[in-house]
Amino acid sequence: MSHFIDRRLNPKGKSLANRQRFLRRARTQIREAVQRSLKDSAVADIEKDRKVRISTKGTREPRFRLDPRTSGEHDFVLPGNKEFVPGDEIKKPSKSEDGQGGKQAADSGDGEDDFEFTMTQDEVLDIFFEDLELPNLVRTTLKETPSKVWRRAGITTAGSPNQINLIRTMRNSFGRRLALKRPTLSDIGLLEAALAKAEEDVPQTNETRAKIVALKEQLAKANAKRKWVAFIDPLDVRFNAFTEQPVPTSQAVMFCLMDVSGSMGEREKDLAKRFYMLLHLFLKRRYERVDVVFIRHTHDAQEVDEQEFFYSRQSGGTIVSTALDKMLEIQKERYATADWNIYAAQASDGYTQSGDARHCVDLLNAEIMPLCQYYAYIEILDEREMEVFASEDSGAELWRAYRTVAERWPNFVTKRISRPADIFPVFHDLFKKTEGQAA
Amino acid sequence: MSAAPHLRANAPLFTEPEWDFQTLDRTYKAIEQIALGDLKLDVFPNQIEIISSEQMLDAYSSLAMPLMYNHWSFGKLFAREEALYRAGYSALAYEIVINSSPCISYLLEENTMTMQALVMAHAAFGHNHFFKNNYLFRQWTNAEGILDYLAFAKKYVAACEGRYGRDEVEAVLDAAHALMDQGVFRYRRPPKPSKERVLEKRRRRMQYEEEAYNELWRTLPAGVEPPAAPPIAAQDEEFDGDMKLPEENLLYFLEKHSPVLKAWQRETLRIVRNLAQYFYPQKQLKVMNEGCATFVHYTIMNLLYDRGLITEGSLLEFIHSHASVIYQPDFDDKRYYGINPYALGYGMMADIRRICEHPTDEDREWFPQFAGTGDYMATLKDAWANYRDESFIEQFLSPKLMRDFRLFGLFDKADNPAYRVASIHNETGYRAVRSSLARQYDIGIAEPNIQVTGADLKGNRTLHLRHKMHRGVPLHLATKELVLAHVERLWGHDVKLEETAEG
Repeated sequence: MSHFIDRRLNPKGKSLANRQRFLRRARTQIREAVQRSLKDSAVADIEKDRKVRISTKGTREPRFRLDPRTSGEHDFVLPGNKEFVPGDEIKKPSKSEDGQGGKQAADSGDGEDDFEFTMTQDEVLDIFFEDLELPNLVRTTLKETPSKVWRRAGITTAGSPNQINLIRTMRNSFGRRLALKRPTLSDIGLLEAALAKAEEDVPQTNETRAKIVALKEQLAKANAKRKWVAFIDPLDVRFNAFTEQPVPTSQAVMFCLMDVSGSMGEREKDLAKRFYMLLHLFLKRRYERVDVVFIRHTHDAQEVDEQEFFYSRQSGGTIVSTALDKMLEIQKERYATADWNIYAAQASDGYTQSGDARHCVDLLNAEIMPLCQYYAYIEILDEREMEVFASEDSGAELWRAYRTVAERWPNFVTKRISRPADIFPVFHDLFKKTEGQAA
Repeated sequence: MSAAPHLRANAPLFTEPEWDFQTLDRTYKAIEQIALGDLKLDVFPNQIEIISSEQMLDAYSSLAMPLMYNHWSFGKLFAREEALYRAGYSALAYEIVINSSPCISYLLEENTMTMQALVMAHAAFGHNHFFKNNYLFRQWTNAEGILDYLAFAKKYVAACEGRYGRDEVEAVLDAAHALMDQGVFRYRRPPKPSKERVLEKRRRRMQYEEEAYNELWRTLPAGVEPPAAPPIAAQDEEFDGDMKLPEENLLYFLEKHSPVLKAWQRETLRIVRNLAQYFYPQKQLKVMNEGCATFVHYTIMNLLYDRGLITEGSLLEFIHSHASVIYQPDFDDKRYYGINPYALGYGMMADIRRICEHPTDEDREWFPQFAGTGDYMATLKDAWANYRDESFIEQFLSPKLMRDFRLFGLFDKADNPAYRVASIHNETGYRAVRSSLARQYDIGIAEPNIQVTGADLKGNRTLHLRHKMHRGVPLHLATKELVLAHVERLWGHDVKLEETAEG
């Protein structure tokens, strides 16, 4: 069998180093491609492997090659002649149909067009994070599962008394007692009975006296043995062992609220989407199950699916409180606080019907905030507005109203954003908290 | 064929499609017996490795070598191949074989037993015989040393990355890769890169650096290099003032004479150059190499069947796969991607066998040397040993095969709106079509002829390159600019390329 070598078990991923080099090299193109594909994908899909298509710009590998199409002459041979005779002419494919022409001759081996490949979730996340300018520490907490649980991990010989495994301990003790022939209580009882009987025997003969002595000796020996062969020896004791294992704790529901009236354009929705994605990503790491509820509103709120949430438009006024009502309604119906951790993320351009803001604040203070783990509100502005509202205190009616809520509830955050990099600070406290827990 | 009478075997070697190592071993021995005993092939010792599909992709993307230095272009190749494979566009090769001694063949674990037999016959005997006997491989590649050299190259590049940074190394490799086609000696045998000598040189250099080490150098500001070791005077190929122009090997020239490169950069260029030289014969032998392997596996599989060593089912499976390997789509077929080297090579070799065994009058006229001799293996072995694609086609392509392939020659001039059919597979056209096809495989014509003609070392250090155009065909403009940028990086000063007519 000297000819054969089974290499199948050899380590795989020999070209991993090359892949990293390639990703680094094509960084710009890949980044664009990932962002494009994130735009088209569902909020919950951020963590999947995904196919990206990139252009080969930046990863070209040029070589000198001949270009007989610009000038000069050459001959070539093709197979499969059917009707041609010498002197016939065959029209050239026009220059614009480059792909077609490529088939013709061996010297046009270019083939350097866009190509598609699959990126793993880690690679995608790295790029997603980079864009959001997440601090490194947060990246690691997001990539790892922070919460831990104690799981059984067999039996050990050391531990605290409350973890004693009685069955194992007793089994060991019993085995040891058997092996060392420790007299049982009944053995002693028998001996004592025999001794008593012998002592009662009157008149005492030499024989019985000798017997009594022997029995006493036996009894003393047995008692001594019971003393030095302990009923439970430290050797027998076993403890249940536990190790810490990371697990997602339980389940959470994430309410995505968004104003979809005409003033929310594609740019605003794209920013909002990243905001939801980040929150979803965070929740995914902490909870075993994450439900996402999409509520859109104009002057009237509806629960919709993701597709409709991001891509359809409605006309109408803007009454924010309808969305909050809707959220409460759904929460009461399906997500009892005992079983669910409730997170809410609201995106809006900051306009609402006058007087409604007051109503929103009441709702939040009285009903919603007591239920929620976290409530994040972002107001999406364009760069120009951003400058106008440089101070946190100035702003439209809704903003000012929400600021009062934020003062009262530490788990309520508000933020104005105009670029992807602005999103992360909204979750700052959320991530800070988990780091604290993990440490 | 063979002197020993072969009785039909009692039982076939295998009946199940699944393979195991015992069956592989048994089958290998049977194939070996036929290859060495009947066909009298002459091969390097074989080493056969079973690998998974992922490892096959790995192997693809490192130029089919078992080890290779790291570079992003291999990662790109892998990503592309993997995407194609996962999407089902392309099947993996059944095997990869490496021209080394021992000759390493990779078999894919997913192959059926019949395919494993086919692949062993194809790679371990067909390609192997060709590697060992063809004059180009014998002259130009060092089968014994290649794996050691690659191991050295990998280590060396990794060490450079650690020392000078990835970006630096990447820049040199990028530039060197761009010039790989111009990094070979076409006409003279390159100085042999003896591993020992390379190591000895490096050792001496390191020793010098250690001796000359001075704590003070560490205080230099970043970017200032401590003085490198002085060039070690070796008698043969160090710079002696005479650049021996013109020089066709651009990488060699830059390695020896570039005014800006550091020692490690020159060593890196040399690695790429040696690699290019190693692959250079393969480029000129595609048709013959695949043809030889395909002919050998076809002959061996049929002999196995004749002797009752494989079942009829296996034979059918083999014929099915063989037929798809040697399929040649017509030029107007959308599957057409040039002439299939397997089809042409196998076709010509099977045709030689036919001419030896059952010649027609036409064959006797065209091939008087061997028509009707009956000993086709002698003719084939001679061809395998002493020809390359171009000369093989010029010498052995028969009129019958041209008719079978329906080959026709076209003339193309860039300004003309149409191709002109110059010759077809008829009495007056055979020779023209054959020569035209042969020239298509002449690497001297298919690839641009670029030489270093001068370097103004005393003046402004401009490097002069010249492309001698063959029949007025210029370089592709966009890629030319990109490659020249790489040359300038390696040369460190202006580079001028002029394109001149042949003369």
